[in-house]
Amino acid sequence: MTTGAETEGLRPGPEAGPPGLDTAAGGLLDQRSGVENPAGRGNPAGRGNPAGRVARNERIETKARQTPRGARELQVWAYGALGLAAIVIVWELYKLLAPADGVVIGGLRVLPRTTDLAMPHIWDMLARLFEPVTRAEGAAPLWAAVGAGALVTLGIAAVGWLVGLVVGVGLALVMLRWRLAEWGLLPWIILSQTVPLIAFAPIVRSWGSKIQIGGFEWADWMSVALIASYLAFFPIAIGALRGLQSPDVIHTELMRSYGIGWWRTLVKLRVPASVPYLLPALRLGAANAVIGAVVAEVSTGLQGGLGRILIQYAGQASGDPAKAWGPIFGAIVLGLVVAGSIALLGVFLKNYRRVEVNA
Amino acid sequence: MKHSTRRLATLGALTLSAALVLSACSGSGDTSGGSGGSTDGAGGGDATTAVKLQLQWLPQGQFAGYFAAADQGYFADEGLDVEIIPSGGDIVPQDALANGDVDYAIAWVPKALGSVEAGANITDIAQIFQRSGTLQVSWADSGIDSVADFEGKKIGSWGFGNEWEIFAAMAADGLDSSTVQIITQDFNMNAFLQGDIDAAQAMTYNEYAQLLEAVNPETGKQYTDADFNVISYQDTVGAMLQDAIWADTARLESDTAYQDTTVKFLKAVVKGWIYAAENPEEASAITIAAGSNWGPSHELWMVNETNKLIWPAPDGIGVIDEAAWDATVKGALSAVNETGASPITKEPPASAWSNDWITKALDELKAEGVDVTGESFKPITVTLAEGGN
Repeated sequence: MTTGAETEGLRPGPEAGPPGLDTAAGGLLDQRSGVENPAGRGNPAGRGNPAGRVARNERIETKARQTPRGARELQVWAYGALGLAAIVIVWELYKLLAPADGVVIGGLRVLPRTTDLAMPHIWDMLARLFEPVTRAEGAAPLWAAVGAGALVTLGIAAVGWLVGLVVGVGLALVMLRWRLAEWGLLPWIILSQTVPLIAFAPIVRSWGSKIQIGGFEWADWMSVALIASYLAFFPIAIGALRGLQSPDVIHTELMRSYGIGWWRTLVKLRVPASVPYLLPALRLGAANAVIGAVVAEVSTGLQGGLGRILIQYAGQASGDPAKAWGPIFGAIVLGLVVAGSIALLGVFLKNYRRVEVNA
Repeated sequence: MKHSTRRLATLGALTLSAALVLSACSGSGDTSGGSGGSTDGAGGGDATTAVKLQLQWLPQGQFAGYFAAADQGYFADEGLDVEIIPSGGDIVPQDALANGDVDYAIAWVPKALGSVEAGANITDIAQIFQRSGTLQVSWADSGIDSVADFEGKKIGSWGFGNEWEIFAAMAADGLDSSTVQIITQDFNMNAFLQGDIDAAQAMTYNEYAQLLEAVNPETGKQYTDADFNVISYQDTVGAMLQDAIWADTARLESDTAYQDTTVKFLKAVVKGWIYAAENPEEASAITIAAGSNWGPSHELWMVNETNKLIWPAPDGIGVIDEAAWDATVKGALSAVNETGASPITKEPPASAWSNDWITKALDELKAEGVDVTGESFKPITVTLAEGGN
């Protein structure tokens, strides 16, 4: 499964820009909000906003804009393509040179077999994508079947992610507001992630099958979305809490000295300051939601999604080894799309992204 | 601080009320979940009964009769609205039934007996598969010709209760299960094809076909029967009863609507399997349309091999042969796996099986002139294409 790591290199423009750009944006933000250096902790020294520095930063910014931006972007894409080509070359070279039975040391296979069954040729896997799923009349090409499955999973994962976002941020706010709640809730939140999915999935489906409110009936995909949200809320809750707690004491005290209440402090100070913590948390949450959705689909046998296709094609891997790789490629693309969407979110929030904090 | 205490109290009250609302919902769900026998007035004058059937795995030819019964309108003819629920990796059908999530479930007898011993109150009401479809497949030159040759070998199994026939057959031959190395198989036969397993577990209707669909890298052609040694558990003492329809024992005893539904349900299922026996091609197409992703030749093979496990049924399809039941129980009691565990430790209760409902259903069908024994059943010949396509 993929996380945001792959897209890191592909991320366009602003975030990959020179530090001057970010600092300038931050400085402007500081002036707008009238708050000095909200996400102060972790900032490089001298990132405050003495008036002169802003001006200089703006000069740097214009200079940065002058360097041919298209060329730089091209470079980023070229590196991405190079990475992809490297994987292909390593795969095929290994398949060509390594012994057919892999490398076994002391009865343990440390490197995989290179047979067509274990490692089909890259071109076979790609060609298989454009052949029909089965020879049944009117069968769609494999890529279309996988794509349709990936879209279903994407939708379920998105619902799971949104629920996880609401629950995660809600929990973070409660824990931020009351120390007691933090002490009481945090251990449970951490404990919640130790429940194995294999035990959790049947219970969720069993409960779900009993829920019926008026015309509303619990659908099977909702169980899957719930499991996805269960995995997604965790990093979001932790990241949001860390972010909301990130302003320095002097900033919160300044707010208090102005006589500004908890809610306005939250909106003006804490929420903007939490963005650098929140974005990686959201990305982790999104990756978790996708994994959770796929695993829960396998677990409950939900029809239509990538998880179901994954096990069904795995069952056909003896006679059609390349086919089983189709849904794996689908999962990779899905991971890229999800990570890319969060990166897009980062573009909209770029004014607040003064430092990137790794969750 | 006073302020925040009050807010905390408000929040607590909100949480409590939310919890109450949720539990109320699940409470009301309990009644509707158990209402498979009750009727709701859908469909104009004719009342239909909602029924949930839990399968053991994803849709495939193994369950063709149920899909055929739905597709051909046999369920609707009986006034039933049947939802066929596939299972995934973690859904245990007999547990879903015991929990009241579904009205009927398809499960292998030894697995379900394990759940019965653990407290599930369920009854085998129809033994659809009369014969065991489990094989242990090895290479033709491996020298593994019978269960007695298992000792010291790497034996493949899927686990999760699918392995008991192996251990029952070994116990009957006086073999110690700790002498074999049990290797867990996954969804395909690659581990066997690549030599990680000496003798792999395979169902006649699925995994054995997977082998025949695979290409032999040495010849460039598909493997044939001649490449393999096949041990069929049906020919051993370890044979156990497989796909059976299980129902809720308590509701069978007291819920008259459920009793009524049970007979109707069985009638429709029997008609579905008769359809599958007479029209394997159509049944295969229906199963594919129901969401099975196998290639056409594999699906047809599956339906055909499944038919062979059901037909002919001299006592009538679904009737539980007491001798076979006793043999299954005996095998389950004697089977000891490599860790020393057994599927059951004592005889199951008498309520674990009943021929009452299937007999009633078959009598009604016979009165309608339906042949429920399939004496004239002839399997077709299926040629497997590469990859099952």
